[in-house]
Amino acid sequence: MLTKTNEPVVQMRGIVKRFPGVVANARVDFDLQPGEIHTILGENGAGKTTLMKILYGLHAADEGEIRLRGKPVSFTSARDAIAQGMGMVHQHFMLVNPFSVADNIILGQPSSRKPLMDDPKLIHQRIRTLSEQYGLIVDPEVEVGKLSVGQQQRVEILKTLYRGAEILILDEPTAVLTPQEVADLLPILHRLTEEGKSIVFISHKLDEVLKVSERITVLRDGEVVGVTPASDVNKADLARMMVGRDVILKVAKEPAQPKEARLQLTDVWVDSDRGLPALRGLNIEVRAGEILGIAGVAGNGQSELEETIAGLRKVKSGQITICDHDTTRSTPRDVGRFGLAHVPSDRYKMGLLPDFSVAENMFLQRIGESPFTQRGVLDWKAIHQQAQGLINAFNVRGATVNTPAASLSGGNAQKMILARELDRKPQVLIAAQPTRGLDVSAIEYVHSQLVEQRDAGLAILLISTELDEILALSDRIAVMYEGEIMGIVDAADADIDDIGLMMTGSKPTNGQTRGTL
Amino acid sequence: MTQEQTEAINTGQTESRNRALWRALGPPVIGAVIGFVIGALLILMAGANVQEAYTAMLRGAFGGSRQITETVLKAAPLLLVGLGLTVAFRARVWNIGGEGQFFVGALIGAVIALNFPDWPRPLLLSIMLLGGVVGGMLWAMLAGVMKIKWGVSEIISTLMFNYIAILLVQYMARGPLQEPGGYLPQSAQFVPEARLPLLFDSRIHAGVILAVILVAVVYGLLWATPLGFRLRMVGSRSSVARYAGVSVEKSILFVMAFSGGLIGLAGIIEVSTQLTRLKGDISGGFGFAGILVALLGRMHPLGVAIASILFAALIIGSESMHVVSGLPNSLADAIQAVIVLSVLAVDALARRRQK
Amino acid sequence: MDWSQVLQWGFVIALVTAGIRLAVPVLLAVLGEIITERSGILNLGLEGIMIVGAAGGFMTAYYLETGPLAGLAGSWSAWLGLGAGMLAGMAMGLLMAVLSITLHVDQVIAGVTLVLFGHGLADYFYRLQFSSLTARVTGLEQISIPLLSDIPVLGELLFRYDPTVYLTVFLVFLTWFFLFHTTWGLNIRSIGEHPAATETSGINVNLGRYAATLIGAGLAGLGGATLTVVQLGLFREGITAGRGWIAVALVIFARWRPGLALVGALLFGLADALQFRIQALSQVERGVGTLPYEFLLMLPYLLTLIALLYRRGRRDAPAALGIPYTQDSH
Repeated sequence: MLTKTNEPVVQMRGIVKRFPGVVANARVDFDLQPGEIHTILGENGAGKTTLMKILYGLHAADEGEIRLRGKPVSFTSARDAIAQGMGMVHQHFMLVNPFSVADNIILGQPSSRKPLMDDPKLIHQRIRTLSEQYGLIVDPEVEVGKLSVGQQQRVEILKTLYRGAEILILDEPTAVLTPQEVADLLPILHRLTEEGKSIVFISHKLDEVLKVSERITVLRDGEVVGVTPASDVNKADLARMMVGRDVILKVAKEPAQPKEARLQLTDVWVDSDRGLPALRGLNIEVRAGEILGIAGVAGNGQSELEETIAGLRKVKSGQITICDHDTTRSTPRDVGRFGLAHVPSDRYKMGLLPDFSVAENMFLQRIGESPFTQRGVLDWKAIHQQAQGLINAFNVRGATVNTPAASLSGGNAQKMILARELDRKPQVLIAAQPTRGLDVSAIEYVHSQLVEQRDAGLAILLISTELDEILALSDRIAVMYEGEIMGIVDAADADIDDIGLMMTGSKPTNGQTRGTL
Repeated sequence: MTQEQTEAINTGQTESRNRALWRALGPPVIGAVIGFVIGALLILMAGANVQEAYTAMLRGAFGGSRQITETVLKAAPLLLVGLGLTVAFRARVWNIGGEGQFFVGALIGAVIALNFPDWPRPLLLSIMLLGGVVGGMLWAMLAGVMKIKWGVSEIISTLMFNYIAILLVQYMARGPLQEPGGYLPQSAQFVPEARLPLLFDSRIHAGVILAVILVAVVYGLLWATPLGFRLRMVGSRSSVARYAGVSVEKSILFVMAFSGGLIGLAGIIEVSTQLTRLKGDISGGFGFAGILVALLGRMHPLGVAIASILFAALIIGSESMHVVSGLPNSLADAIQAVIVLSVLAVDALARRRQK
Repeated sequence: MDWSQVLQWGFVIALVTAGIRLAVPVLLAVLGEIITERSGILNLGLEGIMIVGAAGGFMTAYYLETGPLAGLAGSWSAWLGLGAGMLAGMAMGLLMAVLSITLHVDQVIAGVTLVLFGHGLADYFYRLQFSSLTARVTGLEQISIPLLSDIPVLGELLFRYDPTVYLTVFLVFLTWFFLFHTTWGLNIRSIGEHPAATETSGINVNLGRYAATLIGAGLAGLGGATLTVVQLGLFREGITAGRGWIAVALVIFARWRPGLALVGALLFGLADALQFRIQALSQVERGVGTLPYEFLLMLPYLLTLIALLYRRGRRDAPAALGIPYTQDSH
């Protein structure tokens, strides 16, 4: 594609943003040409989202200048940015679930008959017109919480278009989508640029970045390390720019040597918090010395599965056994005793207590056992000693026994949790979203630990919505859709298209007639 | 580890210890100052002399051994309520029903005292105290059960139970337990055997000693036992506690029972020593003031002990102030609340600074 | 007590009209709290706000009636008292707003402390001004709506009240309309559900929360003032008798909806009225077999507990209720 020579619609010059303890953006320059899709690439914590929040008026830059269509601007709120034709689709959707699609779209928009809301019929009509124009079909009257993730994303894009956005910022838009939904999204983006919109695309996934963008700006530790046309680089180049060294794109591991079954779920039915069936007749088995990966789009019962095995959710029917103990009705304490350890998907809601010290966090489950408690009294000396040992063994950086867990970085917090769970000498480990939000070196560390533990004979259930992670680590892959296992395949001969299809709910029929949805 | 490293760590520790001390003591001290300044403004608005009023207050609370005794006697129930609530609040269970638990504890103890006057003194006293504890405990657990069984907010339920308990005691005092032949809504006086022994040849009674001992007990419970650790886990984030195998339901019941028990104990001690009979109005707001004591004491037993003395001094001192300056003694209530509100604000500001 | 008396027409009408009147102060507080909680702020300080409103309103009305300015305000003194109660409530609300919205103090702790502060403050100022407890104000006159009030039974039941009753009914409608049919209402509901999303739509979350908290506290203050200025004509320590807390419970019962709040407040008002009426009857023929009045007085509190059991949990609660909002946290 030709390089456009017009004046950039967005120019950011020397942007600096400091947060206590970190410099999120250090003199960042960024240009966006009209009608272009320009990717900002970088790993978690590189400063991509911060930069875009500055552009969108949600953060104020400490230094630097922003020009829109050549004119300097300074936004103090998103309202200013919206008024100037900016629109942002956030990584975590900014939708009010109990509201209708239409109410979400008009939120914050001036009404023609203020203070009353505009006539709903008029609004619905306008939304429908816009939907058809861009191929973003959704019913404006339906409650947003009832839509699928892909549909919710369409609402987000519609929201920006309804507000007259000419410049769209899409923050990790593919993170929550199935491969097929991603494939559907890309043409929509091109259609938008054809209509004259300019798009900033934020991502850390190399394949799609190369596929969708015209230019790529790579950020590392808050600094720009390069700007390049997408056609001039390959995956390895981008990975090197992003991380600053060569990256092993594949986890090294030997074939698994699975032994006896340690975790079995037989026809398990479980309800969600809202009382709807979340697991529907689930059957899985994890053997010693293997990693079983659960693939699937977020919200298809993964968190319920995790909680159910951990004893945190009531089983309606079916049976769960851990190391030959029936744990169908067991408490979290009991499943722990039978050999289950659990690295939870939500680190801050389950995994750690931010205001407790690292030492305290290390023994949450075992605090009442020897040597941490002697004759009914806590032995702080023993607790600190043991904790220090784990901090060293797992290289939890920035931690002393007295550091509050809140001050650890994401990667080190996860190392602390991993240390705690593995130190319990488990027979079975649930690792749910074990690398969510981590930087590349922490991801590498977690991955190598999991493989090492597998080789030492641990049975590991890996639940992840990152398909790449599932493919890299698993020995067998089970695909989950709406609380059911659509199929289980050997990782060695897994076909990504098959898995993608199963993630959207179609069952494989021996590979022969695949593709018929 | 080299010598220098060890030293660095040690000085680091003292520094952080100093800072921790400042963080613990700074806000309450600043809060108290703000509280008294606003109190001074309220006094000025009444057209009274601030210095005169505050001097009277200080003399009334600490001016002599008689005054100090009064202050200590007032501090004891505040301390017991504050300690009980400290344990509940640490688990983030908002027992606001101290007033009701105080009344029920007093009621059960009084029923025992009035019905078994001829029991031997040690037996009668221990059964009375036990009755007070159990009464407060059960009354609080009612709200605990409603919370864990049906998800009813303990804040509102404990409050409703306050009103119900007070009315119940009022009825008992003018009805079934009324002094035979009496006209006032109060029971007969307890026999001397049903009053806690006095100490040091003063009006200080055994209940004061009990309260002081309980400071250590609560401290030990919270920071030296696995149970206390788990309660603090529940308070820090109940979802994590649940994940780590702690029964949040049992923890809620426990802290309800524990706090209700201590508060019920405060109730029966107060009736046994100060009033020596059951009356329709026995508390003088200990259940509520105890909330402020626990908060000002930063939910730490030692802090609660200091806060209970400060608040007792305010209450006792404000009576002298009333006599000298003619100011309503409810000024004490307002100052107490302002102190706590200021502590909350100063605390929040300090946290913001840190971030 | 002769139960046949209870079942007479006149008794029923008296009961219902009293119930409607007694519902008014609570209902005002419930409406206010619905708006506040819809924005995500749990204001547990209602009881303290009501009592400050009750004291401020009463004292203002009293001075306008008897002070050096007596006669100037004339029949407006009650209205000015109500206005003062509302302003006093809003001042308390501002305190709550600063603590919870700006400073992120735990809303439960801030609210409970605010109640105790309100009690201390109201009591202090009242006792400073009045040494005896005989001070009274005249309040507002009943307005019989022409024609309608002459309808048999119905006229008596619905159309012979003081203006605050009509005003409150209108406010139920207004609150509903405000929340569900104006852009401001949409913004406030959105802030309570998902503040970060609301901020990204260009709406100032903290401003909305301040507004909702002030409106809510103003209505609670008005409720307190209605009780003292219009209904009782006097002030006493603890006169609100837990109505603020009952209002908090009724918000849950009403599932954060103004229409259901009307139902809940009427139930409460009827229980309160029943308790008054039966007491009055019992006093006429104080004898054996009468229910002790303390148990009658428990009725509203028991009813509140039952109401909470009936609608348990927070299924319909605004998702961000009680959670402080910081821009950086999303």
